Amino acid sequence: MITHTAYVAASYGIAAVTVAVLILWVWADGRARRRELRALDGAGIRRRSAQAGEAP
Amino acid sequence: MIDTSSLKREAFGVKESIMSENSLAIRKFSDLANPTRFLGLAARVLPWLAGLTAVLFAIGLFLSFTTDGDYQQGETVRIMYVHVPAAWLSMMCYTVMAMSALGTLVWRHPLADVSARAAAPIGACFTFLALVTGSLWGKPMWGTWWVWDARLTSVFVLFLMYLGLIALNRAMDDPGKAAKVSAVLILVGFVNIPIIKFSVEWWNTLHQPASVLRLGGAAIDPEFLAPLLVMAAAFTLLFFTLHIAAMRNEIWRRRVTSMRRQAARAAGREV
Repeated sequence: MITHTAYVAASYGIAAVTVAVLILWVWADGRARRRELRALDGAGIRRRSAQAGEAP
Repeated sequence: MIDTSSLKREAFGVKESIMSENSLAIRKFSDLANPTRFLGLAARVLPWLAGLTAVLFAIGLFLSFTTDGDYQQGETVRIMYVHVPAAWLSMMCYTVMAMSALGTLVWRHPLADVSARAAAPIGACFTFLALVTGSLWGKPMWGTWWVWDARLTSVFVLFLMYLGLIALNRAMDDPGKAAKVSAVLILVGFVNIPIIKFSVEWWNTLHQPASVLRLGGAAIDPEFLAPLLVMAAAFTLLFFTLHIAAMRNEIWRRRVTSMRRQAARAAGREV
C-alpha cells in the first residue's frame, strides 16, 4: 500500500522536475539565441536600425 | 450674470489637459512596449525577480513542511501547497494570453504576440502540474486518480488548448498570420476560464468548491493559509520571471530570423 508521504513526495518531486525543466529550457533557449546573434554580428550582419544608428 | 464663454474655455482647458495626460500615459506605455526598451528593462528586472522568487520558494517550502498535517487529510494537505498555486497560475497564464491576444488584434501591439507565444509553454507546464498533483491528491483522498467531473474536465481541456496553441504557432511559417489565428483561438478559448472557475458552483462536482478566493473570506485555517499564500506568491513570481525571459528569447529569435533574411537578400543582390 502506498503511504500518504509517498503521494506528497511524488507531487513535490514531479513539481521540482517540471519547474527545473522549464527553467533549463528557457535558459538554454536564451543562450542559443544569444549565440546566434553573436555569430551574425561577427559575420558583419546587423539589424537595419543598428546600421541606421551607425550611419553619419 | 454668469460668463458662459469663460466657463466653456475653462472646461475646454480641463478636457485638453486630461487628453494630454492620457496621451502621455499611452506614449509612456508604447515606449515601454518597444522591443529594444523591453530588452533593457528585462535585463534590469530579471535578476531581482529570480532572486525574489528563490527567496519566496525557500520560505514557502519551509512553511509547507514545518506546519502540522490536517486532522482529516493528514500529510496529503502538503500537496495543496503545490496544486493550488499551479491551478491558479494555469488560469492566470491563459488570462495574460487573452489580454495579449486583444493587444494583437485590437492595437497590433509589437510585443503582444511575443507575450502570448512565450506564455503558452509556461501555462501548459503549470496546467500539467495542477492535473498531476491533483490526481496524486485525489487517489488517497477520493479513492480515485481521476473523475470526469466539470472541474477536472475543464482543466484538462485547458491543457489541450495550450498544447494546440503551441502546435499551431510552430506549424505556421508566416508569423503575422500565426499571430492573428492564435489570437482569435485564444480569445475563443477564454470562455473556458470562467467555466473552470465556476464549474464547482454550477455543477455537482467531486472537486470541492473554492476555499480561498470566495465571498466571505478564506474557509481554511490560517496555519494552512500562510504556506499556501507564500507558495502562490512564489509561483506567481516564477511565472513572471520565466515569461519575461521567454519573451526576451522570442524577441531575439525574431531578430535572428529577420537578420538572416536581410543577409540572404543582400547576398541575392550581389549575385
